[in-house]
Amino acid sequence: MGTIKKIAGPAVIAENLGGAKMFDIVRVGNEKLVGEIIRLDGSTCFVQVYEDTNGLQVGEPIVTTGLPLALELGPGLLNGIFDGILRPLDKIQATSGIFISRGIEVSSLDRTKKWDFTPARKVGEMAKGGDILGTVPEYSFTHKILVPPDQGGRIKSIVGAGQYTIDDTIAELEDGTKLRMAHFWPVRKARPFIRKLDPNQPFLTGMRILDVLFPLTAGGTAAIPGPFGSGKTVTQQSIAKFGDADIVVYVGCGERGNEMTDVLVEFPELEDPQTGRPLMERTILVANTSNMPVAAREASLYTGITLAEYFRDQGYKVSLMADSTSRWAEALREIASRLEEMPAEEGYPPYLSSRLSSFYERAGKVTTLSSEQGAVSVIGAVSPAGGDFSEPVTQSTLRITGGFWALDAQLARARHFPAINWARSYSLFLNILEPWYRENVAPDYPEIRTQIITLLQREAELQQVVQLVGPDALQDAERLSLEIGRIAREDFLQQNGYDKVDANCSMAKALGIMQMIIAAYKQGEVALSRGATISDFLSDPVIEKIGRARYVPETEFPAYKAEFDKMIKAAFMGAVKA
Amino acid sequence: MLKKEYNAVTYVSGPLLFLEGAADLAYGAIVNIDDGSGRVRGGQVIEVSDQYTVLQVFEETSGLNLDKTSVSLVEDVARLGVSREMVGRAFNGIGRPIDGLPPVVADQRLPINGAPINPVAREKPEEFIQTGVSAIDVNMTLVRGQKLPIFSGSGLPHNELAAQIARQAKVLGEGEGFAVVFAAMGITQREVSYFMQEFERTGALSRSVLFLNKADDPTVERLLTPRMALTAAEYLAFEHDYHVLVILTDLTNYCEALREIGGAREEIPGRRGYPGYMYTDLASLYERAGVVHGKKGSVTQIPILSMPGDDITHPIPDLTGYITEGQIFIARDLAQQGIFPPINVQPSLSRLMNNGIGKGKTRADHKELADQLFSSYARGVNLRRLVAITGEDALTETDKKYLRFAANFEQKFINQGQNERSIEESLNIGWALLADLPASELKRIRREYIETYHQKTGKLEELVGA
Repeated sequence: MGTIKKIAGPAVIAENLGGAKMFDIVRVGNEKLVGEIIRLDGSTCFVQVYEDTNGLQVGEPIVTTGLPLALELGPGLLNGIFDGILRPLDKIQATSGIFISRGIEVSSLDRTKKWDFTPARKVGEMAKGGDILGTVPEYSFTHKILVPPDQGGRIKSIVGAGQYTIDDTIAELEDGTKLRMAHFWPVRKARPFIRKLDPNQPFLTGMRILDVLFPLTAGGTAAIPGPFGSGKTVTQQSIAKFGDADIVVYVGCGERGNEMTDVLVEFPELEDPQTGRPLMERTILVANTSNMPVAAREASLYTGITLAEYFRDQGYKVSLMADSTSRWAEALREIASRLEEMPAEEGYPPYLSSRLSSFYERAGKVTTLSSEQGAVSVIGAVSPAGGDFSEPVTQSTLRITGGFWALDAQLARARHFPAINWARSYSLFLNILEPWYRENVAPDYPEIRTQIITLLQREAELQQVVQLVGPDALQDAERLSLEIGRIAREDFLQQNGYDKVDANCSMAKALGIMQMIIAAYKQGEVALSRGATISDFLSDPVIEKIGRARYVPETEFPAYKAEFDKMIKAAFMGAVKA
Repeated sequence: MLKKEYNAVTYVSGPLLFLEGAADLAYGAIVNIDDGSGRVRGGQVIEVSDQYTVLQVFEETSGLNLDKTSVSLVEDVARLGVSREMVGRAFNGIGRPIDGLPPVVADQRLPINGAPINPVAREKPEEFIQTGVSAIDVNMTLVRGQKLPIFSGSGLPHNELAAQIARQAKVLGEGEGFAVVFAAMGITQREVSYFMQEFERTGALSRSVLFLNKADDPTVERLLTPRMALTAAEYLAFEHDYHVLVILTDLTNYCEALREIGGAREEIPGRRGYPGYMYTDLASLYERAGVVHGKKGSVTQIPILSMPGDDITHPIPDLTGYITEGQIFIARDLAQQGIFPPINVQPSLSRLMNNGIGKGKTRADHKELADQLFSSYARGVNLRRLVAITGEDALTETDKKYLRFAANFEQKFINQGQNERSIEESLNIGWALLADLPASELKRIRREYIETYHQKTGKLEELVGA
């Protein structure tokens, strides 16, 4: 047992803590606050405390648990909301009321609940680490019970199908190891897998601008930087709702309390497009809001990614939303500064970049230890100070992530949502995904995509001219390009997250709308060459038809598109006889 | 009981005092510092180790000397004695009465740092608060439990707007207890008198609790003032069912104080010299707004900050914007035209607006009307730029209507002076502004509302009064 020597905010320095190891969890002071060892120096150890340190005194005891910060992983995580170190917030509320008090010890998982376990393995079989021992239904999800990755051996005994708690032994290995349905895993250690795979399938988000222009792969990483009010959280929440994942881990890291409430209120009411069950049943929330202790904010990202890896290891597609990684970096900075470490750029510690990389690199599509395929896609929001993308967190993130979805305050102010700037954003996954798109969306899909980009670029150029001389100075052919560009912007790129239908868009529908826009452009050119005017073009009902397309439900869309295809053949002729 | 005294003061710099042999003081403890002449100042432990203890002194440190100064413990952490009797009273920045009345008899003594509200306990904020200011009520609606700051600049009338909101704010259709907690940090005597007179003149004082830290009060106290105010607010809201509106002004002074203390502690500074933990620190204030399950009361915040150099990317408004749920933007150009309140709706936003408006809350047409006003105004403002280049003659008739609309929007809708308008009146004025535009231009509004309201809400001049 050691004693506290110094207290400065979330940083505590202790003396003579026997057996202290780096990143071990310690209990600090008489109230037994949770802390983690982050530096050892002779007999002195530096601790970051996950709870408020007010009232702590020099000389109070500090004890090490001898174990690193680890999560208990097993059935009962889904549909839950936890703090940064995986303490369930609803149980905390039951003990401490509306405010979160300190030193609370609660188990992450329900220890008394009985789960329906069905074994998948038999006595005498070899079970190596990561193998699937059996399954447990959790809501409509099949929770696969894994042998802990660091254990394994020949099965000496295994229980039959029946109801068990997470503390019951469900299997015993020949070396005497008893296995439960849950196991502990340290958050700072990536869970093992057999190999990483090329991520050649998209992670479809249901947002047209992302899926078409800047796609992400299942197992890829993307960053969403943007100044406040540009819609980072709305974008993240939309991807959490409609993104094509089996499990969603949503980490609210240093963000607003009311936003977590929003998710808590909204998700149970929304339907999972794949299963028809409430969206919350495939979701795990990790909430460490901006006013909760800083050190736990630092841990919350690791908690999130460890949860995601655990479900990946069961062979599922998992998406991790981290909102926001800047708050995580600030927590890192605050603790570094309390420990009087040498700062690098803007006061952030020099290891900011390597920590960020090691976090994002835990994403990926893998062959799991049980030879299934699973993927973790990571989407991290970045909140650059002053909206300036040259600051260290944005820049360090850009060097790692494959997708860059730049949010833009100007677009948000013009109420163009999602306010993703299509000129600044990029995706490094276009080439690897091209075969998939050709095969599953349309053989000529990449060409269609290029045409839409060209139209948008042409419009941007023409807009600059219009700003100077007014639209009347343009020739009709240019006016046509301008109008088509506007249509692509308003009726394709824009997406109304509050509209039930438009909020989520399939690739088939996105393709259909693109084809409509391109067909209108081609027909417009024909009509103009035959003597029609730009007002013939604008006043034609076909234009309105394009505008309404995004609000047409998926099931009715093919018919809608077919009707459009008929109309377009004779469109825009106005007074000109076709 | 004889209190333990600590006499080994070894170093004094700025507002900080270093003490040896005081390792038994708890982190965050409140102490009294006696300079030997009988003058006693408050202080707080901000760092403690077995070698030395760092105290932050709440008043100026002049006159303190290393030999005679002694320190004694008052309380384990900073606390505020709270009671329902606080309503109608005025206190200084550290909770001592300044209205000539005796101290309140404390019902409880609560730690002013508070504890974070459990996100599970929060309820979705969705009840409309009528501020009586058209621009806010229609375009950036405030809801109970929200934190909606006013982004202003030096010399702009944000205090007048704050006083107006404090006076007029109400929740429609309910006679529930409504209280205002007003915390001023580093404001001048002139501003103090303005607020005191306004609160007394309008009768708002009887439902208010005032915490006033003046510009010449010790800087360090500024760090306590908002926490005192929010502790009082939480107590009134969650123990006595009040709907509390907390007005904090001026957060810029608060952040300056934070920077000053950080500098004195020789901390590594973040952007523009402000401490790296300023986001967390500000969040520990702003996040104390909310509505929670099982409690009738609520805490709503309107923090006011003046943006240095009118720069919205300055760390203070920037970090604030990342935490709060929108902002009310005060514009210098509107103020210079004599428009009051000079709110620019374009950069303003209320993130929780959609929760608190619509049928049964304000009026069914509210959202679409607000969108239409916003986009029509944006178009008018854009046209002004074009007119500056090409002249008004180049415009079409419709464009000219938009120009007129933008001017009327500023002069008639925004510029309401000190008058109070109900949400009904504000919405009708909005429709009256749109009356000049043909129905076909109102693309953001569905037909049924256009049929009900377009050109049917009365003449603009009559609605806004003479």
